[in-house]
Amino acid sequence: MKRRNFIRKATLTSFAALLGTEIVFGSNLYKGYTPIALQEPDPFKLFKKNKDMVVLNNKPWNIEAQAHLLDDRITPNSKMFIRNNGVIPVEIDSNNWTLTIDGESAQKSKTYTLQELKTKFKQHSYQLTLECGGNGRSEFNPPAKGNQWTVGAVHCAEWTGVRLKDILNDIGIKNDAVYIGYHSADTHLSGDPEKEPISRGAPMKKALQDETLIAFKMNGNDIPLAHGYPLRLVAGGWPASVSGKWINRISVRNIEHDGTKMKGTAYRVPKNPVAPGDKVKNEDMKIIESMPVKSLITYPKSGAIISNNKSLAIRGHAWAGELEVEEVEYSIDFGATWKFCKTEKPANRLAWQRFSANIDFPKSGYYEVWARASDSNGVSQPMLLPGWNPKGYLNNACHRIAIKVK
Amino acid sequence: MKSTDDYKRLLKKAERLAYAALFMMTLAAVVSMFKIYDPTLSIFNSDSETLLKIEENEDKIENGIHLKTGFIDDTGLMTVVNNCTNCHSSKLVIQNRMNADRWNATIVWMQETQNLWELGDNQKVIVDYLVKNYPPIDKGRREGITKIDWYELN
Repeated sequence: MKRRNFIRKATLTSFAALLGTEIVFGSNLYKGYTPIALQEPDPFKLFKKNKDMVVLNNKPWNIEAQAHLLDDRITPNSKMFIRNNGVIPVEIDSNNWTLTIDGESAQKSKTYTLQELKTKFKQHSYQLTLECGGNGRSEFNPPAKGNQWTVGAVHCAEWTGVRLKDILNDIGIKNDAVYIGYHSADTHLSGDPEKEPISRGAPMKKALQDETLIAFKMNGNDIPLAHGYPLRLVAGGWPASVSGKWINRISVRNIEHDGTKMKGTAYRVPKNPVAPGDKVKNEDMKIIESMPVKSLITYPKSGAIISNNKSLAIRGHAWAGELEVEEVEYSIDFGATWKFCKTEKPANRLAWQRFSANIDFPKSGYYEVWARASDSNGVSQPMLLPGWNPKGYLNNACHRIAIKVK
Repeated sequence: MKSTDDYKRLLKKAERLAYAALFMMTLAAVVSMFKIYDPTLSIFNSDSETLLKIEENEDKIENGIHLKTGFIDDTGLMTVVNNCTNCHSSKLVIQNRMNADRWNATIVWMQETQNLWELGDNQKVIVDYLVKNYPPIDKGRREGITKIDWYELN
């Protein structure tokens, strides 16, 4: 293809078309310079992701892990899923980045620079499980609308930042405060500057938890761009969409926050159980809060063939939203019998927990190893799909891997 | 006299050889310049031709698939491409499976919240295309494990 010639002669118009916006001072662009937004079309290089990550959508970027990639106790960037609702902001200037706190229920509004946030408040680090509300959506029947996540839209990284509650204490919040809502620098897919791609939040009880952070570091480094550089709200155990990326404003609301993707069917499930495929009125839906108990077998990768005189060591992670995982069991006979795994305590509240077991198989043949976690309220994962809902959220059905014994 | 003629002939031959060598060297230099700076010889193509070529490639169909988007080639394909891939990727369309009712509801949602324009008569063309080519598949209450890549674990 005559790509070079094409680019030379049609550079500015094509860049503008690709970016969906006119390039201001485009005529001053250095010849041969490609705007940052277009420089690296390969998402694996662009976001430094493992080659086994799966791209579900490239506009907006939605990329998920596979179970065997999530074996690290602390998930590295390379294996963290990306879920974007809009376009990743370009040209971020962290030196001039600010966070404004405002809203009807804030005593006053105040703007902090990044540096002020880092120096004025005590810093804390937590390992926090963030799972997309739609993780597992691909299994619902009839199919639910949206990105068809399988099992890999979850991670547990270590986040460092300041407590949102310390910032809110500095401002002072009124007695009628019920919710916080975030606002971010990402832009709407349609290019409409009046529209926010997503502006969600959490009730005050979640906002004021010790582990709810305004984070500026992930795994000890600056937060990667796709995960919210330079500032991210992190609220572990809740749908990851509560953990707003690239945030520049938090509003303290006297009503349930009414930003984009807080209403309708977005991140909401029926108040009462419905039959698969039922139409549900908006007023009969409620916002998802804590994510349900769930687990993943991260080792071995599904499809292992082993010899019949050896026991198989399995391991994985389990998490339970706001709660702790009490125990994890495994079954090699499709749930007829269950045996306990060794389940470790979490590194801190809202971190996922490691489980492991050694399995002896009675004879040669095909097996499935199923894992089932239970939370501190005694609630377990279902083996079948949980309650159908219009957008296919909260699928916490048991994970399983296929094994052949020679 | 014979020796002088022979000498002149030799001289001419040497001259021709020298010219030929010079010509070959110049040719080699030009070829290598192209090889380094313009291997596709794009200098000989006019821009309009180039642009046309790219446009032609854009909507190429191979094995019944529209290469640029991955959509199945069928009635309504270009209407879908032109109306459904401006804001989001075709990947989002292809991975979703809905009946006509739910596609229509999705279109209304996109018009209310995502700045999708009125589709007019195209709406039926689009929904017909989607329902025919990307129909819902009944998965039951739980599918079996699919796509197992077997490997030896030691």
